[in-house]
Amino acid sequence: MMNLARWKVILVVLATVLGLLFTLPNLLPAKVRDGLPGFMPSSTLHLGLDLQGGSRLLYSVDTAALRTERLTNMAEDIRTGLHGKNIAFTDLAVTNGAIGLRITDPAQLNDAVTLLRRTLGSSLPGAANARDVTVSEAANQRIVVAFVAEAFDAEASSAVEQNIEVIRRRIDQMGTKEPEINRQGKDRIVIEAAGESDPERLKAVIGQTAKLTFQMVDEQASPEDIAAGRIPPGDEMLVSTDGIAPQYLVKKRAPISGEMLTDARPGFDQQGGGGALVQFRMNSLGATRFADITRQNVGKRFAIVLDKKVISAPNILNPITGGSGQITGHFTTESATDLAVLLRAGALPAPMKVEEQRTVGAELGADAVKAGTTSAIVGLIATMVFMLLIYGGLFGGISLIALAVNAVMIIGVMSFTQATLTLPGIAGLILTLAVAVDANVLIYERMRDELRSGKNLISSMEAGFARAWGTIFDANMTHIFSALIMFNLGSGPVKGFAWTLAIGVFTTVFSAVLVTQVLLAWWFKAARPKTLPIA
Amino acid sequence: MKFWPLIKVLPVRTHFRFVRLSRLFASLSVIAIIGSLFLTLYPFKPPCGGLACGIDFQGGTVMDISTAPQAADPVKIHAALRGLNLNETVQTAGAPGAAILRFEAPKGADISATVSHVEAALNQAFGKVKFASTDVVGPTVSGELLGKGLLGLGLAILAMLLYIWFRFELQFGLGAVAALFHDVFLTFGLIAIMGRFGKMEFDLKSVAAILTIIGYSMNDTVVVFDRFRENLRKYKRMPLGEVIDMSINEMLTRTIITSMTAVLALLALAFFGGPTLYSLSVIMLFGIAIGTYSSIYIAAPVILLWGVKRGGEDEVAEPLTPINVR
Repeated sequence: MMNLARWKVILVVLATVLGLLFTLPNLLPAKVRDGLPGFMPSSTLHLGLDLQGGSRLLYSVDTAALRTERLTNMAEDIRTGLHGKNIAFTDLAVTNGAIGLRITDPAQLNDAVTLLRRTLGSSLPGAANARDVTVSEAANQRIVVAFVAEAFDAEASSAVEQNIEVIRRRIDQMGTKEPEINRQGKDRIVIEAAGESDPERLKAVIGQTAKLTFQMVDEQASPEDIAAGRIPPGDEMLVSTDGIAPQYLVKKRAPISGEMLTDARPGFDQQGGGGALVQFRMNSLGATRFADITRQNVGKRFAIVLDKKVISAPNILNPITGGSGQITGHFTTESATDLAVLLRAGALPAPMKVEEQRTVGAELGADAVKAGTTSAIVGLIATMVFMLLIYGGLFGGISLIALAVNAVMIIGVMSFTQATLTLPGIAGLILTLAVAVDANVLIYERMRDELRSGKNLISSMEAGFARAWGTIFDANMTHIFSALIMFNLGSGPVKGFAWTLAIGVFTTVFSAVLVTQVLLAWWFKAARPKTLPIA
Repeated sequence: MKFWPLIKVLPVRTHFRFVRLSRLFASLSVIAIIGSLFLTLYPFKPPCGGLACGIDFQGGTVMDISTAPQAADPVKIHAALRGLNLNETVQTAGAPGAAILRFEAPKGADISATVSHVEAALNQAFGKVKFASTDVVGPTVSGELLGKGLLGLGLAILAMLLYIWFRFELQFGLGAVAALFHDVFLTFGLIAIMGRFGKMEFDLKSVAAILTIIGYSMNDTVVVFDRFRENLRKYKRMPLGEVIDMSINEMLTRTIITSMTAVLALLALAFFGGPTLYSLSVIMLFGIAIGTYSSIYIAAPVILLWGVKRGGEDEVAEPLTPINVR
C-alpha cells in the first residue's frame, strides 16, 4: 500500500479536480457564471421547491368521468341510430360503466343488435374486425353496450397524455417560469412550478377542463314549466355567472365548440365600459356555422358556455359572417387573459382533480436555505474540530481533507446530475459527511490494533486498510438499502434526502478509503516515520 | 500538548463485561418495547393509532399564514371561515401575526378549491395575508403514502436481514433484525410521546428519519459483527460470551467517536435547522443513541442466545497475518 499504485493517485486527483470543477459554478455569481467558456460546467445545484419556493400539484385524471362522458355521447348516437331505423326502445341509460336499453318489439331485437354492432365505436388498431365496444344481448330484449376493457384503458392512457399536452400548451402561453410536468403511474400528473408563481392562478389555468360551447337559449319554454323544473327534451338548465340571470335554459345541441376556435386574445371593450373581454377567431367550419346560426336567429340569444356554466348570453343583433367575435362577461384583465389562454390551448380531454398540493412561499424557501446553510456550517465545523482533537493535526487533518474531497464530490455530482437538493437533503448531506469520518476512524483504529499486536509500522498501516475495507463496504451498503427504499416513498423532500444519502455513500467509500490512502502514503514517503502519531 | 491528540490519552483497551448485564438490559428493553408499542397503538385511532398523525398520512390541509402587521386573532380567523364549515383549528405560533391553520375539506368538496376559498376569506378579513406554505393531501394520496411508508419500513428491515444473512450467517441476521425492531419500536414510542405533547407528528419525514436510523443502526451492528466474526475465527475455544465482550470492547473507541460526530452534526441540525429539520434530527439523535445501545445489548446477545457454528482449535497465537495489498 505504501508503494502507491499510480492509478490510485490519478483517480484521486482526477476525482478531486472534477469535483471542484463541477462545484465551482455554485460559488460564482450568476454574471461570472454566464461568462464561462462553453466547455466549463456551469450548472448549479438544483434546489427543491422547499428551498426556492414553488408549488407541486398532483392531479389525478378522472377516467371514470371520461368513460361516463364517452358512454353518454354514445347513448345519444344509439338514440338517433335507432330512431332512424324506426326501432322502438325504452330504458336507455348509462349505469355502472355501461349503456343499457330495452328493445320494445322482440322481432326487432336482432336488427337493433346488428345495427349497433356495425355502427358503434371504432375498430381496434391492428385488428380490422375487432371493435372497442361490445354489444351483448341480455334477457328481456335488453342490450348492454360497454367498452372493451383494454381498449378503454388505452384510450384513458392516451387521454392522460393529451391532458399533459394541453397543460403544457396552457402553461407555455401563460409565460410563467417553465414548470415541470410529469406523468406518474397510470392516471396521475405531477406539476412542479418553481419560484414566486401563484398556485391559485396555476390551478385555475391547469385544472379547468375549459370546454367551450355555443348553445342557443331556449326562448320558447314557458316560465311556468321552468319554475316547475319541467325541462323540455333536448334542453338543459345551466348555471350562469353573467350576473344577469342565475341560470339559463339552453338547447343541448352545441353547433359550435372550442375545437373550432383558431385564436383567442384578451381585449378591451371599445364601445362601452372598457371592460375586459376575449376576442376569438374561428376556423372555416365554425365560421360557416356561426354565420348560419346568427343569420337565422337574429333577435334571439345564444349562450357562451364554459364547462357547463354560462359565461354570457348575448343577443344576436345582426348576422356575424366574419368568423370572429368576442366574449364579454364578468372579466378582470387577468381572468380574460387566462380564458384566452385556455381557449387557445384547447380543452382537457379528461377532467382532473387535485389530489395533493404543496406550496412553499419564496420567503420561507429563503429562510430554509439560511437555516440549512447555518446548520451545515456549524455541524461540519463541530465535526472537524472534534476530529482534530481526537486524532491530531496529521491524521485528523488527513481525515478532514478526505472529508473536503467528499463534500466537493457530492456537490459536484449533484450539480452535474441536477439531482434535486431539498432541505432534508441538506440534513442528509451533513449527516453523510459527519458519519463519513467513520471510515477514517475504522482505518485508524485498525492500524492501532495491528500495531499493538506487535507488527511494525508499515505492515500495521497496510493491514489497517486491508482489513477495514470489508467493514467499511458492509457498513455503507446498509445506507444504500435505506436510501433506495426512501427514494420510492415518493414525496419530493424525502426523495432529495434519499438522493444525497445515496450519492454520499459512493463518494464516502471513495474518499475515505482512496484519498486517505494516497495522503498517508505521501506522508509515509516524505517523513519516513518510526512511530504512528496516533498510537 | 499532553492531551492532544486525545486518542493517545483515551484508554487503549477497555474490559467492560457487557454480556454480564445483558439479562438486565434485555428485560429493560422488552419493557420499553411493550410500552412503546402501547403508546404507538393506543387509542387505536385510525389511521395512525396513538401517534399524532401528520397530514401526509391523514389527509387534510395545513396552511402556514401570516397576518402581520395585524395580530393573528384566532377568533377573527374562525369568524372569517365560518361559512365554509371546515372545523378548522388555529394555532398561533412564534412570530407576531403567524398562525398555523389546519382543516379538512368537507366530504366531496374539491380539496384544492377549498384552499382558494379559505385564502379569499382570509384576505377579505385581514387585508393582505401572506401564505408561507400550504400543504393539501387528499384522502387517496394519504392512504397510499401511509401504505408506502409502512411497506418501506418493512422492506428496509427485510433487506437488512437478507444482506446480513448473505454476508454473515443467519444467526447474525436475526440478531441484527432483533436490534432493528428494537430501534424502530422505541423510535415509534418517542414519536408517540412527543406527539402527545404536540411536539412531533408522524409523517413522511419521520418515516425517512426511521429509515435512516435503520441504516445507521445497521452500520453499527455490522461493524461490531465484523469484529465478532473475526474473533470467533481467532479464538475458537473462548466462550461465546467472552468473544462478544472482547469484540465490543475492541470497537468501543470507534463506536464512541463515530456516534459523537453524528451527534454533533445532528445537534447542529436540531438547533439551527428550523422547524422542518427539528423533528427529523431529534428522531435521528434518539436513533443514534439507541442504535449504538442495541448493537451492543440486543444484536450480540441474541446471537449468544441462538449460538453460532464454530469449529476446531484456536488459531496460533499470532492471528493477524500481514496482508499485502496494493
